Amino acid sequence: MIGNDRLAVRKTYKLYVNGAFPRSESGRTYEATDAKGHFLANVAQASRKDARDAVVAARGAFPKWSAATAYNRGQVLYRVAEVMEGRHLQFCEEVAHGEGLSASKARAAVDAAIDRWVWYAGWTDKLAAVLGSANPVAGPYFDFSLPEPTGVVAVLAPQQSSLLGLVSVLAPVLATGSTAVVVTSKDRPIPAVTLAEVLATSDVPGGVVNLLTGDAGELGPWLAEHADVDAIDLTGAPAGRAMELEREAAGTIKRVIRPPATEPDWTADPGLSRMTPFLETKTVWHPMGV
Amino acid sequence: MTSLFEYAPAPESRSIVDIAPSYGLFIDGEFVDGTGEPFKTVNPATEEVLTEVSAASEADVDRAVRAARRAFEKTWGPMRPADRGKYLFRIARLLQERAREFAVLESLDNGKPIRESRDVDIPLAAAHFFYHAGWADKLEHAGLGPAPKPLGVAGQVIPWNFPLLMLAWKVAPALATGNTVVLKPAETTPLTALLFAEVCRQADLPPGVVNIVTGAGGTGRAVVEHDDVDKVAFTGSTEVGRSIARAVAGTRKKLTLELGGKAANIVFDDAPIDQAVEGIVQGIFFNQGHVCCAGSRLLVQESIHDEVIASLQRRIGTLRVGDPLDKNTDIGAINSAEQLARIRELSDIGEAEGAQRWQPACELPDRGYWFPPTVFTDVSPAHRIARDEVFGPVLSVLTFRTPDEAVAKANNSTYGLSAGIWSEKGSRILKIADQLRAGVVWANTFNKFDPTSPFGGYKQSGYGREGGRHGLAAYLKGADQ
Repeated sequence: MIGNDRLAVRKTYKLYVNGAFPRSESGRTYEATDAKGHFLANVAQASRKDARDAVVAARGAFPKWSAATAYNRGQVLYRVAEVMEGRHLQFCEEVAHGEGLSASKARAAVDAAIDRWVWYAGWTDKLAAVLGSANPVAGPYFDFSLPEPTGVVAVLAPQQSSLLGLVSVLAPVLATGSTAVVVTSKDRPIPAVTLAEVLATSDVPGGVVNLLTGDAGELGPWLAEHADVDAIDLTGAPAGRAMELEREAAGTIKRVIRPPATEPDWTADPGLSRMTPFLETKTVWHPMGV
Repeated sequence: MTSLFEYAPAPESRSIVDIAPSYGLFIDGEFVDGTGEPFKTVNPATEEVLTEVSAASEADVDRAVRAARRAFEKTWGPMRPADRGKYLFRIARLLQERAREFAVLESLDNGKPIRESRDVDIPLAAAHFFYHAGWADKLEHAGLGPAPKPLGVAGQVIPWNFPLLMLAWKVAPALATGNTVVLKPAETTPLTALLFAEVCRQADLPPGVVNIVTGAGGTGRAVVEHDDVDKVAFTGSTEVGRSIARAVAGTRKKLTLELGGKAANIVFDDAPIDQAVEGIVQGIFFNQGHVCCAGSRLLVQESIHDEVIASLQRRIGTLRVGDPLDKNTDIGAINSAEQLARIRELSDIGEAEGAQRWQPACELPDRGYWFPPTVFTDVSPAHRIARDEVFGPVLSVLTFRTPDEAVAKANNSTYGLSAGIWSEKGSRILKIADQLRAGVVWANTFNKFDPTSPFGGYKQSGYGREGGRHGLAAYLKGADQ
């Protein structure tokens, strides 16, 4: 990729767990190829143990991340966009190769992905006003309701849209104050690894996002049944497996986003649809009197 | 303990209710016989059989769902939203007009004190209809999308602890948002739902808009699993909630679950003790403790433990347990023999695991299902009575030293429905309320409910909210909140 006769230094593609870049504890890797089947890299193939480590990391990061001020979270998300912008060319190349897109389409996807972080960055300190309420109860009480993050969210990222889709499912989890364990697109994992490097250098605290390259079909059941996962987004569940995963998730009453029949148009305005499933509503009562 | 006051009996007359020897299902605006095995419903305070009720078979449920679908497509769906609202206003007024009848019937079938059915259950049920009536023609202003659309047919399964109130929590928002309903009341408390069916007729509610199918678990399963149901709403145990979530997995059905709880009621050393003791009593003995959000774990700061327990025991000694229809009764009957057995079992386990059981001297009636108000001290967080939902008048007392410890212990539960805080310090209340992982936090009060106030749980206490603007989302397309 470098035009002169210098031999390129190739990257080792690893997982992103608890702010560090470990190999899979299983020692497994798999070949990621471009859209035409040419070898791109050997990518770490996350195991059940890696998924569990990632949940521990996400749980550990939750108290601080959820307690951060909305303003602070917004700035961190905006920072992700800033740092992504600096890697724009790299993302364009990786998306073009992995998804087989023309340069202009890849560029549009990367632009939209960066802009999506900006969009969600602006949401963090508006959610409580939009989704909260003062409730006029019939009695001498002050009664209010506020949205709060649900906790640890497992995300099976879209299989097709390897960057815009990934950002579209990850950013809302962070914006609402939850922490994430993400299984990336199996066949198109490269932009996710680069995104991990962006996150690691964007003031996102370690453990808030954990990115696992590997097979959602293999890791999905462990995450769906994991007792310390509060919600699961099945968007990238392998075809025909969503029902089984939703049944697993029922065992611990997880909040579930069901997969759409086909992968959605990620350029569309997402509205609140990816934030509200990961928000709880807390209602507080206090008597009024003198 | 000798009683401070002697009370003469003050029974509410049951002559206001007229219980038929048998009841059918309410489908498509008509009372019809079910084809399942009929069952008896008893007065838990006397074990007297009140009446026999039809059980809905799968075929009956199918008829009810088809009636609901027809009504959704032909009458209720196309109706002007303002008119839907007017029907709900009518229902609210009818509930108010017949409030005494409903209250007596509820106490007879459920065992709860008339003071509670009269002052809490029935007025709140009417208030829920009145509140939601007003939403019917204002949904586009609810912040749930520019043109919110109903889901279709809602299948609803409700518990026995607040029979009519839970019906109202389910039916009112469903109808206000333009859905039609197939509702299954609890097996042990079907009567006020059937009286509600009569109210629907008096209101001239179009046939099929509300259908009531009585029966046991099998009937509920048929409602939940019916292919033409678009929405499932369930209030009940976490165990059944899990099986329902499994059953709707992979379908288009939207699901909300309001499940069990094991609420921490936290008393800090600066709390007004007398008020806190009232709150503790209200938190755990309201409705015999048959309350998913009951304050069943008392977390009391170590320095005031002895004082609070002494005061609490003194107060519990004045509670009157007995005839639910007596207006002076504080604690009525346990709803069923099964529930009584569970309360006894968990209490025995509490003792076996090393906690200290305390019960006031109180005479319980010879017949019926009764359990005295009970306090366990020396409870450790690992004890079953500190972890499992007892759903009865049983309080487990734990202690803490620091606010951090209180929060950690309070959140140490798979449930997250409600919690209580008692303190005079405002900043502390707000901080602790923020840290508790529970859907409803009562500060210096407990067990308060209002149709404008969203109710529902975190964690394995379920998902979705009932009440307020938030509750509408459960019945509208695309709107998650």
